[in-house]
Amino acid sequence: MNDLTIVRGKRTVAQRILGFFGKTFVNVFLILVAVLWLVPSFGLFVTSLRPIGESTSSGWWNALTHPAQLTWENYLNLLQNSTITNSLLNTVMIVVPSTVLVVLIGALAGYAFAWMDFPGRDWMLVGVIVLLAVPLQVALIPVARMYGALGIFGSIAGVVAFHTAFGLPFAIFLLRNFFTQIPGEVLEAARVDGASEWRIFSRIVLPLGGPAIASLAIFQFLWTWNDLLIGLIFTTPTTQPITVAIQSQLRTFGANIDVLSAGAFLSMIVPLIVFFAFQRYFVQALLAGSQK
Amino acid sequence: MATSVVSPADASLRESGSQPLSRRGRRRELLIAAGFLAPALILLGALVVYPMVYTLVRSFYSARGDEFVGWDNYVTMFTSDSTFTAIRNNIIWVVVAPVLCTSLGLIFAVLMDRIRWSTAFKLIIFMPMAISMLAAGVIFRGMFQEDPEIGVVNAVVVAAKEAFSDTSSYPGAKPRPDVGVSVDRDLISADASLAPGESQDFPLVGIRVTDLPDDSTQAAPAPAASDGQITGTVWLDFVPGGGGVNGQIDPGEAGLPGVRVDVVGPDGVAGSAITEADGTYVVEGLDPGEYRVALPAANFTTGASGVPWLSSTFITAVVILSYVWIWAGFAMVMIASGLSAMDRTLQEAARVDGATEWKVFTRITVPLLAPVLVVVFVTLIINVLKIFDLVYVIPPGNAKPAANVIAVEMWTVSFGGGNNQGLGSALAILLLVMVLPFMWINVRRFKAEREG
Repeated sequence: MNDLTIVRGKRTVAQRILGFFGKTFVNVFLILVAVLWLVPSFGLFVTSLRPIGESTSSGWWNALTHPAQLTWENYLNLLQNSTITNSLLNTVMIVVPSTVLVVLIGALAGYAFAWMDFPGRDWMLVGVIVLLAVPLQVALIPVARMYGALGIFGSIAGVVAFHTAFGLPFAIFLLRNFFTQIPGEVLEAARVDGASEWRIFSRIVLPLGGPAIASLAIFQFLWTWNDLLIGLIFTTPTTQPITVAIQSQLRTFGANIDVLSAGAFLSMIVPLIVFFAFQRYFVQALLAGSQK
Repeated sequence: MATSVVSPADASLRESGSQPLSRRGRRRELLIAAGFLAPALILLGALVVYPMVYTLVRSFYSARGDEFVGWDNYVTMFTSDSTFTAIRNNIIWVVVAPVLCTSLGLIFAVLMDRIRWSTAFKLIIFMPMAISMLAAGVIFRGMFQEDPEIGVVNAVVVAAKEAFSDTSSYPGAKPRPDVGVSVDRDLISADASLAPGESQDFPLVGIRVTDLPDDSTQAAPAPAASDGQITGTVWLDFVPGGGGVNGQIDPGEAGLPGVRVDVVGPDGVAGSAITEADGTYVVEGLDPGEYRVALPAANFTTGASGVPWLSSTFITAVVILSYVWIWAGFAMVMIASGLSAMDRTLQEAARVDGATEWKVFTRITVPLLAPVLVVVFVTLIINVLKIFDLVYVIPPGNAKPAANVIAVEMWTVSFGGGNNQGLGSALAILLLVMVLPFMWINVRRFKAEREG
């Protein structure tokens, strides 16, 4: 017994020494990783603050030793560029309605899947899970035709509808999972009191679903804000979102680096603010999205 | 999100079973359910399900859609060069990117457990998930510019090359005049033609003694060249403190190690060698004939050149790297949440029993994490299959064909000028087919969870 304790005690000392070096090593390694992960965004930010003349002749890291060259000029130019400001406005006009619609329509359907009984419910739920993974490429050609026939091709409404439709499977899935956890007695009590389904939904389910709805909203917001492909196909130069406006500058990468870097960073600001403010909800959406 | 064994709707049905609903009440209930579902079903039906069927049918019709062509579009898909490259690249993506993201995520998640600033670390690694792939594309295209003065990656590569390479750089070196060696724009070459078995020395000046590499030693005469060889010495023809004969190897004169020597025949470079510490070189394996010996300009220019990252050769690797930068954080966060939900007593017990950290990791932690790892992996595969933005944004025009993937090719042929919506539809269906197995995994997992 005594021997064992000693052996254990010895190992603890050895472990402590090992642990100390291990910890230092882990810390140094992760600091390196963190720096490596930060450099790309940081480089873009510094580039966006350099005059075009500097950016075409030397790398952004030169600005670290010559901070005098940094200027807000690129951003001021950008904000006076009506193409960019319009496209930023378009992005907002696409993102806000499609986020609201996805949450609302997804919550209605999620509630029905969670607490109502109708024929084919389980079968339809499996359908929703199948749709979760459908690549949106399969819808591009027919929807473009359909929008053309309806005369809404290129309109903000068309883009919003497309984003909403492809956001719905995830929304239904996430909210249905969350709503099933609401205690049945609460809903039953309301029913006994004679509350209508709509009243139960709007007064009990939606408020209780707050965290899940926040997660979904953040997720949908970021997804729509950052979209390029849908905007590329379904918008015109007057309705294009910021991502499409920036990509049209890509053809001449080096010569346009002032517009590109400042524009790219400008397009990142809102998502980054949303991310840092609500990252807990964003993580929850991802976790819930893949179940467990 | 655990789902109870009896789903809530069943439970409510059973409760109301004691007082069976009238047929009218039941119809009313169904109508309400339909009302709640209608907006979602209409949108999903019109913009997802119907288009899916339409695309499937459309894929059997010609470019303009007026002629039934059977499997032609699918045949074209696998025989045309650009679509075939796209399919091949997609396979590379699916094999490489999810594995890289998941393993990095796993390493980060496990190590993150042991540091105090794990919250900050998590935010830093996870942050790229918030920004658009377009912005990420602009970032990576900038970082991997070929010019080391502009692209940060090549700036590092060139700096490392200069620090570690065996070919040293001797900027400003010139041949000693009047010894039969001349210089043309940094290329130093012998004036006379040589046959194998002969020697050519290069007495150079214009290098400061303090700039000599540490491994430089006293210059030595080259060994006599045998058949198929050309030998010689490259040295600094200067004795510190004076003395010595110009063009001859004198005591105190240093050999120039790491200089590349090319032997140029009528068909180009026939052989080359790198000089030793004493400046000697031996080029071997030469056929009989007339050769010129030269020291290429790379030995004497200041900067090594950058790697052409954005050329066809490396482009897919670079784009995959940018994807990993974004999605490793996703894998890390998912795995970290799996870790935090894990009961650690097994690991503790194994440690007490003397298991090494590595054993604990591979034998206990990873197997326990397996369900989470599968979820991450499947999610990444589904995501990688339809990769578009990064591949659309990062490659410059001349590397676009080499970087092609299915989603980009689908866009190009149907919207980006190809004007062939038949082939575009077939490509979209191919994507759908590739996703099917992973859909099936998702459905099975969902059903298994419901059954408890």
